[in-house]
Amino acid sequence: MKILYFAWLRERLNRGEETVFPPDSVKTIADLMDWLAENDEAIALAFEKRDLIKTALDEIIVEHDTPVKDAKTIAFFPPMTGG
Amino acid sequence: MSIIVRLQSEIFDPGTETNAFLKANSKAGAAVTFTGLVRSEPKNPITSLTLEHYPPVAQAQLEDFAQKAITRFDLLKATIIHRYGKMLPGEPIVQVMTLAPHRRAAFEGAEFIMDFLKTGAPFWKKETGKNGEVWVAAECRDDDARKRWE
Repeated sequence: MKILYFAWLRERLNRGEETVFPPDSVKTIADLMDWLAENDEAIALAFEKRDLIKTALDEIIVEHDTPVKDAKTIAFFPPMTGG
Repeated sequence: MSIIVRLQSEIFDPGTETNAFLKANSKAGAAVTFTGLVRSEPKNPITSLTLEHYPPVAQAQLEDFAQKAITRFDLLKATIIHRYGKMLPGEPIVQVMTLAPHRRAAFEGAEFIMDFLKTGAPFWKKETGKNGEVWVAAECRDDDARKRWE
């Protein structure tokens, strides 16, 4: 699946996107965040305050408990500051 | 089409947009236009503001907010123009326009759209000033503004 990062997450991780192949044990977005953090120290730091990380699954904004089965793209981003 | 959502990097002219929006609709009795501008406060002056966005989701979220406003307040028309990329102090960032038979619906519709747009559409502001580049933090009062419509 493709992972997208935006704003300070993108800057801090030094990449806007990457492709990952999570194991079957990753059922939800929260599981995916745990798995990404286990494998990358910078992500572990960036994801430290989980409430501050918003997510979209296949271009729909969703909560962390959303299942990731068959998802093509998951986006992670900080709270939105439009207007 | 009663909803128009436009995302663009180019600057726009608020007056021209307003005039185009106001063009003939015999049922209309009220139009509200809100323009958000790039602010540079004397205490903390900035040289530019850069907006990052997630294009498909920003477009879909703004269309959803405009549609909800039309349904909830019986608007005749709603238009949202939102910029991304680099902009300078004093320039317009966003314009929200609502058309309705009466003023209250037009005012409330525009406020509703703005309150949702601030925290519900994937845009992120970065200010450039004497301290370098700083990502603008989300404000609790913006979340509260959104909650009042629930």
